[in-house]
Amino acid sequence: MKFLFDSDTWQEIYGSIRKNKTRTIITIIGVLWGIFLLVVLLGAARGMENGFKKVFGDFATNSVFVWTQRTDTPFKGFQKGRRFRLNMNDIEALKSEYKDEIKLLAPRNQTNNLIVHNFKSGDFQVSGDYPVLDQIQKKKLISGRFINQNDILSYGKVTVISEDMYKQLFDKGEVAIGQYIKINAINYKVIGVYGPSNGIDLDGDTAYIPFSTFRKVYNRANKIDWMVITGAEGIDIEQLESDVLLTLKSLHKVHPEDERAFGSFNLGTQIEKFMGFLKGMQFLTWFVGIATLIAGVFAIGNILLITVKERTKEIGIRRALGATPKSIRQQIILEAVFLTTVAGMLGIVFGSLILYIIDSTVGSGEDAALVNPTVNIPIIFVAFATLIVLGTLIGLIPAHMATIVKPIEALREE
Amino acid sequence: MIEIKKLHKSYPIGKDSLHVLKGIDLHIKEGEFVSIMGSSGSGKSTLLNIVGLLDVHDEGEYYLNGQLIKDMNEKKAAILRNKFLGFVFQSFNLISYKTALENVALPLYYKGMNRKERLKVALEYLEKVGLKEWANHLPNELSGGQKQRVAIARALVTKPKVVLADEPTGALDSTTTDSVMDLLKDINDEGMTVFVITHEEEVAEQTKRIVRLKDGVIISDEYTKAAKAV
Repeated sequence: MKFLFDSDTWQEIYGSIRKNKTRTIITIIGVLWGIFLLVVLLGAARGMENGFKKVFGDFATNSVFVWTQRTDTPFKGFQKGRRFRLNMNDIEALKSEYKDEIKLLAPRNQTNNLIVHNFKSGDFQVSGDYPVLDQIQKKKLISGRFINQNDILSYGKVTVISEDMYKQLFDKGEVAIGQYIKINAINYKVIGVYGPSNGIDLDGDTAYIPFSTFRKVYNRANKIDWMVITGAEGIDIEQLESDVLLTLKSLHKVHPEDERAFGSFNLGTQIEKFMGFLKGMQFLTWFVGIATLIAGVFAIGNILLITVKERTKEIGIRRALGATPKSIRQQIILEAVFLTTVAGMLGIVFGSLILYIIDSTVGSGEDAALVNPTVNIPIIFVAFATLIVLGTLIGLIPAHMATIVKPIEALREE
Repeated sequence: MIEIKKLHKSYPIGKDSLHVLKGIDLHIKEGEFVSIMGSSGSGKSTLLNIVGLLDVHDEGEYYLNGQLIKDMNEKKAAILRNKFLGFVFQSFNLISYKTALENVALPLYYKGMNRKERLKVALEYLEKVGLKEWANHLPNELSGGQKQRVAIARALVTKPKVVLADEPTGALDSTTTDSVMDLLKDINDEGMTVFVITHEEEVAEQTKRIVRLKDGVIISDEYTKAAKAV
């Protein structure tokens, strides 16, 4: 290893690299391209992943939505095609039965109504909700607050509206908080205005009012339209989904194998599908990147092999002067390693530069395709180390070729 | 210094083999200035290559500095070459991208001498061949005679036991030939064994002993007037 830190070794390598400028440049480009592609592809894949993550945004990703449809199997004396509704008893039952599995549970009631403020009006969705909704999908409040437990208990006639609704219903510059809007001819006090959410938006422009108020005003008794269930940390959300459905089926006297009675949408499963796609992308990236890298390293080997041929005479002279085969081998291998190292570093620098350019041009804004495309430093190190190892291995071939030629034959070469 | 007994060497050519050296007996003592004469194909280059450990013989015995040369691997040969032998070639064989000084210093590099020291030693030898001012020139900036003097300095720099010169004047005109031969004579006068291969009569006459080779055998071996003059 001593020879690695010997300035003479490097002097020799510098000399031969400087002499073979074209070779050096071509070689460097080969490997540079490989690692450049690897860095850019990995960064792009990461950017895509970040983009997906942004779409899911502030939404609890391990959520299931459950609603009712019609039964398709007769059961316990009921005909098929029966309609039925979820109710608050279901919520209580699920809460007690899946205490540990369910993190959040939000019953929801929704309808569409004309909303009026002074002379302006619009048709919007009205949703009766519990404060827990804010935890399932974080509301970006521009001003004011979301519905709280007090509103629920006091049947408060309060509402939280979206920014777009504010723009339609209020004059520019008007303060909405504390003002009253008419929903279905009943006055509600505006207590909060929320902006557009990051990623998935469950409701669109909706006026949120307390669940209890909704129930009373729209005369829903204890019926609910649908519910959102969020699984606790580490829970298999698919399992939870089927368990919950089974419980609900028994509560509503639905055949356990009735596939149509309940509708459900498992966001967790959907996201897993996306993630699977991303994994595939990443695998492809790695595969292409590494294959290109190997091709680059082979190019180095190839070019070194050619130069070894060209340098047969020089090697012959060196050997006549007392160079041992080992010293010749060392020099050629070190040249290969040096070239791969330099090329690798340049490739990483250029790759990072491209990622930086991508980031600063298409990497920001609302609908960016690639968000914050980056590559982990450890990955770079591993790729770099692999490159150097490959460079060494590939250098062995020309190094061997250089030494199997007898010095006498090498000298005879013109 | 060099002792050769019944040396045979043949090269395979297709199915046949070409018998180049057919039993050479040669004894060269320390401090001799010997030239090997012969037309092309006489086997003189082969002899030099074997003596120079660049090639191996088939039969016979070869002692270099009293050491029997047998079953040489490349590493051992390289070390012996570096230690005992200095080469001067017809086509100079300088490394084109190294300066005169670096070329001279190269054998010392393989000897393991540090850079500062070997450049110092190399410069001394360049001075000895009268090319100190040309130390930092590349070979293509030098004339043929200058190149050969650099090559001689390179051959001498390791203080070898024997300098082997293969047609050292083959690529030079008569004036530079004389200067190169004078240099070799000076070296010999300092006690170095010099072994020259040539086909030029005038060159051979300047050495002290001429060995004539024909078809792989020695046909004559005699001392020259130059030797008798001393």
